[in-house]
Amino acid sequence: MLDMPLWKRALIALICLWGVAVALPNLFYGRVEAFNDAKSAQAQGQITDEAALAAWPGFFPSALVNLGLDLRGGAHLLAEVKVEDAYAQRMDALWPELRDALRDLRDQTGTIRREASSPDVLRVSLSNPAGMPAALEAARGLSSLVTTLTGAGQSDLDISADGASLIVQLSDSEKTATDARTLQQSLEIIRRRVDEVGTREPTIQRQGNDRILIQVPGIGSAAELKAIIGTTAKLTFNPVVQITSDPNAEAGPRNKLVPDLNDKGLFYIIEETPVVGGEDLTDAQPAFDQNGQPAVNFRFNPSGGRVFGDYTAQNIGRPFAIVLDDQVISAPTIQAHITGGSGIITGRFTLEESTQLAVLLRAGALPAEMTFLEERTVGPELGADSIEAGQFAALIAGAVVAMYMIASYGLFGTFSVLALGVNIALIFAILSVLGGTLTLPGIAGIVLTIGMAVDANVLVFERIREELRAEKSVSRAIELGYSRALSAIADANITTMITAIVLFAVGAGPVKGFAVTLGVGIICSVFTALYVTRLIVTIWFNWRKPAQIHL
Amino acid sequence: MMWRLRLAPAKTNFDFFRYQWLTFGGSMVLMVLAFVFWGALGLNFGIDFKGGTTIRTESSTPVDVGAMRNALSNLDLGDVVITEVFDPSFDANQNVAMIRLAATAGIEAITPEQITAAEAALVAADPALKIAAVESVGPKVSGELIRSSILAVSITSVLIMIYIWLRFEWQFALGGVLALLHDVFIVIGIFALFGLKFDLPIIAALLTILGYSINDTVVVFDRLRENLMKYKTMPLRDVMNLSVNETLSRTLMTSVTTLIALGAMLIFGGDVIRGFAFAIFIGVILGTYSSVFVAKNIVLMIGLDRSDKSKHGGDHEFANVDA
Repeated sequence: MLDMPLWKRALIALICLWGVAVALPNLFYGRVEAFNDAKSAQAQGQITDEAALAAWPGFFPSALVNLGLDLRGGAHLLAEVKVEDAYAQRMDALWPELRDALRDLRDQTGTIRREASSPDVLRVSLSNPAGMPAALEAARGLSSLVTTLTGAGQSDLDISADGASLIVQLSDSEKTATDARTLQQSLEIIRRRVDEVGTREPTIQRQGNDRILIQVPGIGSAAELKAIIGTTAKLTFNPVVQITSDPNAEAGPRNKLVPDLNDKGLFYIIEETPVVGGEDLTDAQPAFDQNGQPAVNFRFNPSGGRVFGDYTAQNIGRPFAIVLDDQVISAPTIQAHITGGSGIITGRFTLEESTQLAVLLRAGALPAEMTFLEERTVGPELGADSIEAGQFAALIAGAVVAMYMIASYGLFGTFSVLALGVNIALIFAILSVLGGTLTLPGIAGIVLTIGMAVDANVLVFERIREELRAEKSVSRAIELGYSRALSAIADANITTMITAIVLFAVGAGPVKGFAVTLGVGIICSVFTALYVTRLIVTIWFNWRKPAQIHL
Repeated sequence: MMWRLRLAPAKTNFDFFRYQWLTFGGSMVLMVLAFVFWGALGLNFGIDFKGGTTIRTESSTPVDVGAMRNALSNLDLGDVVITEVFDPSFDANQNVAMIRLAATAGIEAITPEQITAAEAALVAADPALKIAAVESVGPKVSGELIRSSILAVSITSVLIMIYIWLRFEWQFALGGVLALLHDVFIVIGIFALFGLKFDLPIIAALLTILGYSINDTVVVFDRLRENLMKYKTMPLRDVMNLSVNETLSRTLMTSVTTLIALGAMLIFGGDVIRGFAFAIFIGVILGTYSSVFVAKNIVLMIGLDRSDKSKHGGDHEFANVDA
């Protein structure tokens, strides 16, 4: 008699049943996907597709393996965020504050002027260098402590003197903190923009210190995705210095020349430092102005509203420019002190344009520019072809391996083929539950598992054959076969697991998907070989009680 | 006795060292040749490692490379390589071509305008043409991918070596890992010799070969360790032969099932995955070969200390685990 406690048999059988049940929805991919979509639509209170809802029993598992971009089709972008852009913005924002602080010390420092320098440095010259200590003191008053784990207690500004110039820049720990914030903000904005389009399960991930990985299944091309993300959609409100028709007009220091969005012959010289930026906007809605023309209503957050209010109060009668991506949308003249932090943008908009602008403003501007390091588009047809080819290859592989195992080991071979079926079901079940992604190399990984999964069985069966030759009783030979093959099985699979882990750690995209299927495949094949096949062998043996076995 | 398919007789008694000069020596020569090919011919790096853009087109009309080249010629795209792709899984009127644009020197970001222009020109030349896939990798990322790939192969080798050292003896670790590198380098050499596209999935394939090949080698080592306990006075060379003979049936069985599965992937899996499947296929053959003819030879050359202070006294650890 072969021994196996009842609880162990029950547990193994339960795991197998669970695997088959949870893997099953993947066989009806389209139907279950439609069901899941209908269900989530229902949960959000939208109109649901009753037919799709009825097509799959609600009590049954409905988790699916995600299909990677190479199988489903879609776009993949790896963007690098120019985190340094945020340093310049911080310096520009600091300048008015510093100017005000130094203005109070005019009798010591003389007149002050912002000098040209690299954008992440604020360089201010004093006409009276003797006032430098006082100026340094005043500048230090503007700094605050950085709240990070490593840089605790460090100031956020590096302040120094260079001759008659006061030099202010972000300290290293503040730069690190700013980088993290910029990236986080970019992630959020990209997520919101992609969500507005409403595609299925986009992946938006931070990678390393300054990179963002964006994967959107089902989208036509990477170019389309880039258009949605909007590389430089940046909104600012800047003071207008001069309106001109000369495209080569001299802008002067700290000013810049920008064209009008609609009127090709019109240019504006605006101050480079904006009064308020798009990051202070809390809401924007399409609306109509008093003449019934399409316009956009906007609202600032309290601090933006205050700054904007102060500015409008001081500059009544002067124009200011609403600048989007270095193009002036409109440059209205300030009619009155705008309080309450809200206003209206009018221009020569069509209704569509005003709606689009509102969406763009609402989603917020990216805090820094992005460059795209890598982009991949896979058409849905190519993905479907790959799935089809992969499925076919897996079927052929399974069938031939099954025939081969049965021809080699007879009844025991049949047992191992049963276990192989459970193995593949378990792989899909675990991938479904983990929300794993199946990629084309992942399918290859499963096919490879089909070949390698029988290895543990082969080790055991060969060992049983050897023990039988040593003329032991059949039950003893089976037991020894399992226990003696164990160390080889363990060592062999642990080493393969090591490669799967390294692949997962350093691999990207499809390769990562391969690592996951390989790793899950190893665990499942060891489980099925050591437990499932053994359970089948035990049940068979105790039922038939053979005096000898043909292996 | 019922009929059974047997790849090896029940009991074999081959002397696996007999033609050592040919088997082991030949392996070493192949490895040197692999390095020579690699050095002399270089690898045909895909855009993952070299940067650049590939466009995959599909059309119902036959691929006309000349017309495509003409369509792209006045776009100033630099080096353009156009190849037609053939695959048994394609339909009769499915004509696929791959167009590869070299990376623009010194430019980090990809110029999407060029890609769009190229796509438009191709569609203009053949209205039935569809863009099936576009991939673009900047030189910055490709450089990093090379580094991380080398890192991945090295880390895996070192980790495997440490694991085998812990479970066996250091001689086994060295022999096993050298056998692994033998497999990996010969695969790389074959890719260099035939100019096959070497991209990121191939690295995944190399790592898989590492995993598979060590699997095979470990099974032989495991039996060797067992037999060293059993036959304490038998010469090392004979114990090794005995161990390989005893595990031969299993070694062949597993290799053949894996090769069957991979063969199915190679033939029916489609052209996108072919390079990957091919690399693993070759690797499995080499892995089987090296676990029989390379790994143990290295252990024999280094020699083993067979006095009784062996680190795994008595039976090995897993033998008493209740499975």
